[in-house]
Amino acid sequence: MPELYPYAAARIHARELSLLSRQNLDQLLAAKTYDECLHSLRGLGWDEGDTAEEILAAETQKTWQLMGELLPQPEVFQLFRLPADFNNAKAAVKSVVTNVQVDRVFLPGGSIQPESMAKALKDNDFSAIPAWMAKPLQEAQQLLLQTRDGQLCDVLLDKAALDAMMQEGKKSECALLKEYAQLFVAVADLKIAQRAILTGRPASFLKEALAECDTLSLSRLEAAALEGMDGLESYLSLTDYADAIPALKAGASAFDKWRDDRIMALIQGEKANPFTLGPVAAYYLARQNEIAMVRIILSAKRNGLDVEDVQERLRVMYV
Amino acid sequence: MTFTDLLNTLGVPMALLGAVLAALMAGIGSAIGVGMAGEAAAGALTEDPSKFGKVLILQLLPGTQGIYGLLIAFLTLSNIGILGGSADISFAKGMLYFFACVPMGFVGLWSAKRQARASVASINLISRKPDQFGKSIILPAMVETYAVLALLVSLLAVANIGKLPL
Repeated sequence: MPELYPYAAARIHARELSLLSRQNLDQLLAAKTYDECLHSLRGLGWDEGDTAEEILAAETQKTWQLMGELLPQPEVFQLFRLPADFNNAKAAVKSVVTNVQVDRVFLPGGSIQPESMAKALKDNDFSAIPAWMAKPLQEAQQLLLQTRDGQLCDVLLDKAALDAMMQEGKKSECALLKEYAQLFVAVADLKIAQRAILTGRPASFLKEALAECDTLSLSRLEAAALEGMDGLESYLSLTDYADAIPALKAGASAFDKWRDDRIMALIQGEKANPFTLGPVAAYYLARQNEIAMVRIILSAKRNGLDVEDVQERLRVMYV
Repeated sequence: MTFTDLLNTLGVPMALLGAVLAALMAGIGSAIGVGMAGEAAAGALTEDPSKFGKVLILQLLPGTQGIYGLLIAFLTLSNIGILGGSADISFAKGMLYFFACVPMGFVGLWSAKRQARASVASINLISRKPDQFGKSIILPAMVETYAVLALLVSLLAVANIGKLPL
């Protein structure tokens, strides 16, 4: 039986009332100028920071702070920290190998200090780095030193990130986290296959980049991708991801929207769950989604994009 | 001393065991239930302290089983003479008191735990929809029905066993 979190679930359900709704997003979109949009955003309580980036960073920080207050063992959300950890690993490897300072590209929210990864790489001493990160970090460094190919290094670390996410998902007691890990890895595999088709990558790339997941057969996905987009579509029509076909055809932006809407559909049921970690994980994902939506709107306002174009890109909201 | 005399010395211990079971099991159920509902209540209050009155009622609902258990235990102790008078009852009566206490013990334990889950769910409901308090209190209160039925059975039995010619 999974551990119960009645305090966290009740607190997070109360917090859900302050999440942005589609009406809030429409209100932001209706602003005539970027400054007016920023003013409306402040009116919704997003008021920490002077610039849009500062406001968005503060909201991300607030979410992690809340997670820290709610969860006595932060490792239960390790799954959500892995993307930041592996992004920082890429930056650290490139920084050490090329001897260029890249502090500004380190992301907050990881479980390992980026500086300690850089130090481990410089000293070739990985004793302070967890085993799941030490091995890919060493391999990526060696690969970059040997080939000087940043993309190969990224592929290696991306695959390691997906493998680590799958492991965390399987380890978790929370059904939502298990399903999320499966969906995340499957979607990443589909994007890799799509990119390989569009750029004409060979089978060896697919073998190195695709990560194992329970909802897709890697050998069949690989074979389908080598046949081209038609092959990928016909394989996908036999899987749980058949509804991704129109989005895959429409392009990267439509596929990202399909992925985010699918995640929102996955977490909707947690609104009625008063006991487990699920509602907390759902709230975290809902916050990520709304921060991404506000970023899209602010960017559109800054660049004077058409409201209707932006509306098409807006995702389903949690509330 | 005959075997019957020996057996009759166990009358009071058997009745006492029943009283202990009623208080113990219903009390454990209520402690678990009030604790779990209290955690959820604290979570709701952290975000909105103005809901204190509402969540307090929901937290207290699983606490009633402990009180019912205590009532049955107290009545049993009184009837078998432990609280005063002659503590001398037959084995048969002791067994009857024991069985009379069983419904309150078992139903008290189980209903308090299940009522706590309903209370936690209701606390979550009023966290999201504060105007639904009326409905939210009815849902866990339905579980109370079965604790009250067990209380009635135990109460009627304990109160009337003394009148039996055993």
